[in-house]
Amino acid sequence: MDWITTVDHKKIAILYLWAGGLFFGIGGLEAILIRIQLIKPMNTFLDAQTFNELITMHGTTMIFLGVMPVIFALMNAVIPLQIGARDVAFPFLNALGFWTFLFGGVLLNLSWIMGGAPDAGWTSYTPLSTIEYSGTHGVDFYTIGLQIAGLGTLIGGINFLATIITMRAPGMSFMRMPMFVWASFITSAIILFAFPAITVGLVLLTFDRILGANFFDTSAGGNSVLWQHIFWIFGHPEVYILILPAFGIISEVIPTFARKRLFGYSSMVFATILIAFLGFMVWAHHMFTTGLGPVANALFSVSTMLIAVPTGIKIFNWLFTMWGGQVRFTSPNLFAVGFIPTFTMGGVTGVMLASAPADFQFHDTYFVVAHFHYVIVGGLVLGLFAGLHYWWPKMFGRMLSETLGKWTFWTFIIGFHLTFFVQHFLGLMGMQRRVFTYLPNQQFDLLNLISTVGAGLMGVGMLIFLTNIFLTSRKPADAPDDPWEDGRTLEWAIPSPPPEYNFKQTPLVRGLDAFWKEKTSGHKTMTPAEPVGPIHMPSATILPFLMSVGIFIAGLGFMFSRDDFGNAFMGFMFNHYLVTAIGLVITFGSMLLRSLYDDHGWHIEPEELEGR
Amino acid sequence: MTTAQAEGAAGTLPHEPEKATLEGRNKVLAFWLFLGGESVLFGTLFATFLALRNQTNEGPSANELFHLPLVAAATFLLLVSSLTSVFAIQAMHRGKVAVLRNWLLVTVFLGLCFLVLEIYEFSVYVRHEEFGMTTSAFSSAFYTLVGFHGAHVAFGILWISVLIGQLVRKGLTVVTAPKIYVSAMYWHFIDVVWVFIFTVVYLLGKVG
Repeated sequence: MDWITTVDHKKIAILYLWAGGLFFGIGGLEAILIRIQLIKPMNTFLDAQTFNELITMHGTTMIFLGVMPVIFALMNAVIPLQIGARDVAFPFLNALGFWTFLFGGVLLNLSWIMGGAPDAGWTSYTPLSTIEYSGTHGVDFYTIGLQIAGLGTLIGGINFLATIITMRAPGMSFMRMPMFVWASFITSAIILFAFPAITVGLVLLTFDRILGANFFDTSAGGNSVLWQHIFWIFGHPEVYILILPAFGIISEVIPTFARKRLFGYSSMVFATILIAFLGFMVWAHHMFTTGLGPVANALFSVSTMLIAVPTGIKIFNWLFTMWGGQVRFTSPNLFAVGFIPTFTMGGVTGVMLASAPADFQFHDTYFVVAHFHYVIVGGLVLGLFAGLHYWWPKMFGRMLSETLGKWTFWTFIIGFHLTFFVQHFLGLMGMQRRVFTYLPNQQFDLLNLISTVGAGLMGVGMLIFLTNIFLTSRKPADAPDDPWEDGRTLEWAIPSPPPEYNFKQTPLVRGLDAFWKEKTSGHKTMTPAEPVGPIHMPSATILPFLMSVGIFIAGLGFMFSRDDFGNAFMGFMFNHYLVTAIGLVITFGSMLLRSLYDDHGWHIEPEELEGR
Repeated sequence: MTTAQAEGAAGTLPHEPEKATLEGRNKVLAFWLFLGGESVLFGTLFATFLALRNQTNEGPSANELFHLPLVAAATFLLLVSSLTSVFAIQAMHRGKVAVLRNWLLVTVFLGLCFLVLEIYEFSVYVRHEEFGMTTSAFSSAFYTLVGFHGAHVAFGILWISVLIGQLVRKGLTVVTAPKIYVSAMYWHFIDVVWVFIFTVVYLLGKVG
């Protein structure tokens, strides 16, 4: 019950982590099934329909329900600590964002047991995703589930933006913010300007499928390519929503374990901003082969290649940070150092794909699959591993095992390269993506076998990581405040795990890497910016949970509103939108309750603070 | 006028009660951010509409359909409601709770009138022109864009009504003031969106 009503950002972070981890596991199992099917030519392990459902759900689950919540987990756990705040700007909304994400994800995955998962690819291109080609409710689960989950993401993004703008400790100017906070700030800004576009796209597709609208139906004047424009004006910035937090994590981990400040801090900040800006300018490079014409192709080619410049700045800054530093290869740092070459390889194939004429050859082959897995798994997932190993003691008060961490790293990264490196060549040789099998003797056989073995090894790496978590959870929570001993930022100045109010006294920030600066000038703790006084805390509440339940019910009701149930009562409830109405009444009723009963929270008194 | 004088004029409230607390300032800031996101939402809907506005699929076209005097009347009502919400915020800043409440009531009333006209307009199209959601790509884009705006107006009416109730029960405080201020921002935003709808959908449909 405590977990359902909590509004504490640290507990919400843990909720995000477990929920995201669960979906990540589901997405991983889907990936393993895909690789088993492709282990040999003409395999009959899966049929084509199941394969389509698996690739669709693997992509959708991993992007929206797997990695994004884990990013949000780290943001929630770390941002308020790094900026010296007691909480986020809107604790209530923070909880609401988590619950809408979770119920959206649950709705999406219910499709497996309620008549067929979405099967039109994670991009849900029309006309494949129209009723005509995808007759089950699968794509409805996709549109409505993602809509609900996306709501949570948008809420989270606005919350982080407001938190970072208004809640920084005295002395922490924008150019003194840790890089992870900067990355999260820019990521949240991208979320704010990208997610409403997919909201509209999903609404249009829902209307086409459920209300019989004609947005994408070319026979009634609609336009199929319109979906691609809307999807990618969101979808390409989404790539940077995923990777910028990883950049932020790497920029925290490497300086800590190189015992040097980050090389080129201000160029890192501006590179981040530039990447976000360019991220919105390049969406049509996903659509070179739809026939946009040479001028559009050329412009989008050039703008896409430009992104390599700020990204290159970042790569070199990390290398220069390690240069001459006293580098310690702890498990978080292994992941961070492993990230650099792996992500660079993904970037290089990105520039190759950005060349429009070449893209006509690479399009829809395993070359593309290899490219984006290098960026998202070799970049983001390694970054998340680095972040999780790095902040685990701060989040849970327990040190993960270094030995198991190193085992995780080596099995995962070797498995990763085995899986995806060979896919570049499969793609160049002409193996198509999204096809459930292939003919023998096209030189695809051996490389596919290697790829599947690699995927298995990545699975082993994940299992070692889970074992590590399990064994660690049985140990006493005795991590020191600054377990890596060279912590540079504010979160290492307070106990692990932090008390519910984070900072007994708001710290005074006197420079970049605030805690490191105090330590080098001989202080053990941060200088407080205020006397000890009563601390205001928000009250726990069940309303965010109820609101999300309401949206969930409304979504289900809307989805089945045109179905013939063969049961008078069910038909009456759904066909007259009564189920939808019940759901909305729950949601709006909860909003009304929230509005009518102001909750002023409670205070922790100074005596109580001293007593702990 | 110094802060102390302002507080004297408004009882115990500071001059800008919506920004008196950190929570209030956060609310106003976050709402600006939210409106940024809403702009993208409507921008995408406008883009969709512009892409599909001539795809009538042998159904009625914009030129045959729209009746400008009706739309102009609706536009007038909505623009005036924005003005009355400005009066409401001015009254709030002067600490006059009753005036604030009355201007909010006028705003809600004008919003309701706008909504009634819009529902009437839609019902005419559906009943007499055989122009429904499924008629053409143009009709789908029209109902979705204008309907989304209408839904925003409806939500605004409900929201401001709840706030009026709150104002009556609890009075003007540093807790209720930011909510009222933010709802006025929202109301202006949907007004601005309507100006674009009036231009892009109706005027361009008649003459473009």
